[in-house]
Amino acid sequence: MDVLLQQIINGLVLGSMYALVALGYTMVYGIIGLINFAHGDVLMVGALTSWTIIGWMSSASPDMPGWLQLLVATLIAMVVCGALNYSIEKLAYRPLRNSPRLAPLITAIGMSLLLQTFAMIIWEPNPKAYPSTLSREPIELAGAVISVTQITILATTALTLAFLMWLVNKTNLGRAMRATAENPRVAALMGIKPDVVISATFIIGAMLAAIAGVMWAANYGTVQHAMGFMPGLKAFVAAVMGGIGNLAGAVVGGIALGLIESLGAGYLGQLTGGVLGSQYVDIFAFIVLALVLTLRPSGLLGERVADRA
Amino acid sequence: MSKIQPGKLAVIVIAAIALLTLPILLQATGSNSWARIVDIALLYVLLALGLNIVVGYAGLLDLGYIAFFAVGAYLYALLASPHLADTFPAIQAMFPNGLHINIWLVMLLAAAVAGVVGMILGAPTLKLRGDYLAIITLGFGEIIRIFMLNLDRPINITNGPKGISQIDALTVFGFNMGQRHTLSIGDWSYTIQPVTLYYYLFLFFVLLSIVLSYRLQDSRIGRAWMAVREDEIAAKAMGLNTRNLKLLAFGMGATFGGMSGVLFASFQRFVSPESFSLMESVMVVAMVVLGGLGHIPGVILGALVLAGLPEVLRHVAGPLTEVTGGRLGPEILRQLLIALAMVVVMLLRPKGLWPAPEHGKSLAK
Repeated sequence: MDVLLQQIINGLVLGSMYALVALGYTMVYGIIGLINFAHGDVLMVGALTSWTIIGWMSSASPDMPGWLQLLVATLIAMVVCGALNYSIEKLAYRPLRNSPRLAPLITAIGMSLLLQTFAMIIWEPNPKAYPSTLSREPIELAGAVISVTQITILATTALTLAFLMWLVNKTNLGRAMRATAENPRVAALMGIKPDVVISATFIIGAMLAAIAGVMWAANYGTVQHAMGFMPGLKAFVAAVMGGIGNLAGAVVGGIALGLIESLGAGYLGQLTGGVLGSQYVDIFAFIVLALVLTLRPSGLLGERVADRA
Repeated sequence: MSKIQPGKLAVIVIAAIALLTLPILLQATGSNSWARIVDIALLYVLLALGLNIVVGYAGLLDLGYIAFFAVGAYLYALLASPHLADTFPAIQAMFPNGLHINIWLVMLLAAAVAGVVGMILGAPTLKLRGDYLAIITLGFGEIIRIFMLNLDRPINITNGPKGISQIDALTVFGFNMGQRHTLSIGDWSYTIQPVTLYYYLFLFFVLLSIVLSYRLQDSRIGRAWMAVREDEIAAKAMGLNTRNLKLLAFGMGATFGGMSGVLFASFQRFVSPESFSLMESVMVVAMVVLGGLGHIPGVILGALVLAGLPEVLRHVAGPLTEVTGGRLGPEILRQLLIALAMVVVMLLRPKGLWPAPEHGKSLAK
């Protein structure tokens, strides 16, 4: 089996999930300059919601095809997460929009913890097996294997990204979003309602996170309340790596980080003669972050220097 | 300095008597559990005071504060327990009785190591927006924890998830605080438990930190930190070297954390990665935020409230846990309250429960 190709496939799958989450971070940051720490936990809520829905559906109508169950569950998870993120923004972030920068940041961390706690109360803390709704038959591909789930993840990511690019570049809402990110006050003078745009941004970000959450759950086969935190953090790193505020950058950063982690996990043991193993894989993201911030703080594709004190 | 008014003096005297007699009352309950709770609460006060320098004075959000605490704790655990000597024959040969380095030496070392690590960590990020610092510190906390968990192979340094035990107790001038001591005058005798001794030691350190914090707050550096916190650009325009000031605050907070870690290791006599999770870092931030950013009495209040909370919950939560079928256990309730404290306090009382009377203003009398 070709290890390199296999790790590249795994890296692309991981990276496309990071990319979807990173887009949510970067859009929110681009418009209101807030690191939404709770974003990763929105992913978790999406995954757990879809878990519940699939559980209901497979007991209510057992002959429903697996892919349809997954599709319906994903759509419902998107709606739930959109509503959730809309309320979070409205209740917790909007009142603090003009306060010192530390206040919304602390609120966001509290919100992340709050979502995890609620998830623990609603879904109980133990990890749950996520049912495999798609075919488990692996497909051989030039010496490596790829699962149907992984192909679906790659295809869904590509479709979602294409849709998002259309939304941001071709529609009125997208134009309003870009204008608000550029300069909220001038945008308001042009008749754009910043509050509506910000709400829309949070909803779109949450929907992307919900898709990523379902993918994550389907790919790894387990869900629990703490599953969103690390992916969320790494997706933020990906967003910074690509240049925060930049949509294409988030995608590039996400895929790059996925590849780095996957290749690192595959080769770290060999390279260091067994001293460091794949258990250190979580460290890469932070080393990458430190390097990017030191060498190129505006990110790979970043335009502006991130200092708006 | 104004003269101390008689009323204020009375309050100070009563507080001093209460603080000094508290462990004797706690010891009279017959078990050590309450005294332990108070000791741990005092350690949290130490941590919160240290973090207050970083978050409260300089306005830098540090989400990996517990990592410095961990660095101090593991440093003492390694240098004052049989673990290293058991693992490495070379060290065994040099120190046949195992490593037992004096705690005060280790404390200085921990202060230095934590401070330097803090500076190294802060250097790449502090010149950028404060938000990045939050993420970098969060990542650092995770990295330290991953290393603590995994450095038991190929060479066993941290003993992995099992942790390090048999750590030396603290000695002050040859007086061992880890043992019971019996005072006897004639027929009367009184046994002092180690937890009571540690209480006085921690109280001493808390008082020392309070004095230090106040001195820092009123110093030139303290005022410069607050200027940076309120408006970095204006501070820069006034000729302050904001990057060095932020580095100093970060390093100094780390030093506090490292020294508290040494105390923690000598008190618990056991360390494992479990004690240094992200949740602990978030909790210390919550303490500072809940009490009142930058206001020392507020920070102490916040630390005591959140440290005492789990114990109170353990008694109160019983019926609630039963009613909800085990869903609302004390641990979950604690986490819920910490999360709510952070969100609600920021929304309703952004300056905390007991804010500074002249937050961010000049200190002119």
